[in-house]
Amino acid sequence: MKQIISCRVNGEARDALGAGSETLLEFLRDGLGLTGTKEGCSNGNCGSCTVLMDGAPVCACLVLAGEADGAEITTIEGVAKGNDLHPVQAALVAHGGTQCGFCTPGIVLSAVALLERTPNPNEQEIRHAIAGNLCRCTGYDKIVEAIADAASTSTRTP
Amino acid sequence: MGEFAYRRPQTLAECAALLREDGAKALAGGTDLVPQLREGRRQARTVVDLKRVQELTALERTSDGGWRIGGAVSVRALGANAAFAGEHAALLASARLIGSLQVQSRATLAGNLCNAAPSADGVPLLLALDATCDIAGQAGRRTLAAAEVATGPGRNALAPGELLEAIVLPPRPARTAARYLRFTPRREMDIAIAGSGVRVDLDGDGRIAKANIVLASVAPVPLRATRASACLLGERPSSTLFEDAATIAASEATPISDTRGSADYRRDLVAVLTRRALADCARELGVNLQ
Repeated sequence: MKQIISCRVNGEARDALGAGSETLLEFLRDGLGLTGTKEGCSNGNCGSCTVLMDGAPVCACLVLAGEADGAEITTIEGVAKGNDLHPVQAALVAHGGTQCGFCTPGIVLSAVALLERTPNPNEQEIRHAIAGNLCRCTGYDKIVEAIADAASTSTRTP
Repeated sequence: MGEFAYRRPQTLAECAALLREDGAKALAGGTDLVPQLREGRRQARTVVDLKRVQELTALERTSDGGWRIGGAVSVRALGANAAFAGEHAALLASARLIGSLQVQSRATLAGNLCNAAPSADGVPLLLALDATCDIAGQAGRRTLAAAEVATGPGRNALAPGELLEAIVLPPRPARTAARYLRFTPRREMDIAIAGSGVRVDLDGDGRIAKANIVLASVAPVPLRATRASACLLGERPSSTLFEDAATIAASEATPISDTRGSADYRRDLVAVLTRRALADCARELGVNLQ
């Protein structure tokens, strides 16, 4: 049985039908066409499907679509402001913190959530914040450098 | 994932009624249930989301100065409450070993308890702190010790129609310390090969008035090492005493050998982790170990 799910996604009110057994990940990708959020392991280990739900990073594969009714969701499509990349995205480009790119949307959302609560994280805090995001390409160092750089850029700009 | 209906009741009574139906499963954080449903390890006809019920989402002090943690309170929400985080730093730290930050945004201590994994990181200190559980059902409410909730791997003591309404922590004694240590090959995102959760209270004379040692991943359920705990009572903390308690705790463990570690290895880990956790508690209590 399908039900109407009403939530705010990237600042816009969205209504769509979702099945009770559908995950938030399926709802975003198949229901709303927001395919920037990636499906990796589908059991909460890889973090590829990380989105923000009411400001908190979650694995969209572990959340049922119905649970998102009334929630505020931020996906990778809502991170940049028009053509202006978010500082985290710009820094990942500048540092080569992305290779195949599959984990990148999830990494960006985890980093955005980190900088929201900890504007000046140290290396350990950065590594902890992305511990739930697996990257099989980069070896993480360039991602960590990029997030540190994004933090210093964000705190410099008023 | 198999087809099921999703329900989001607003009251405890509605939850209990829905959970009595065949194939109904309670959903708190969903971080265990959703992958179990997807992988066919559990089946559901109806998933009953507990997060719209006020009693289940509240984290509040009890009238006697303890805490009541609603069954649907996430680990993230526990950490966001400064008073709770200050008073129960060790319990919070153990809960923050569960999965990733993404998982902790959703996962609950009640779910960690009911999912009944022997390796559940949030559970040993709940037992060590003498937590009790309010279990709500259609017939009313009953109380279970946290230690009685898990009955075997993946099995718990709740009857159909019952749900874990809240975990209740008794008031904190004046001189007490707690610590959970686990061993994992990886620093993050791993499952304990063995764990030890320890709580030590001192009396005014500096002797151990109460001690609880609870072990993870070395028995079908989180294991209370009662003989090891008893050997500490009435004694002054010392390295020799803690060494003895750690040895007894290791002998109380009944681990299996599997891909993550042999039974012998797990017993050795129990001794090391218990000794270190006890020493950490002593340090926190301002005791210099001889």
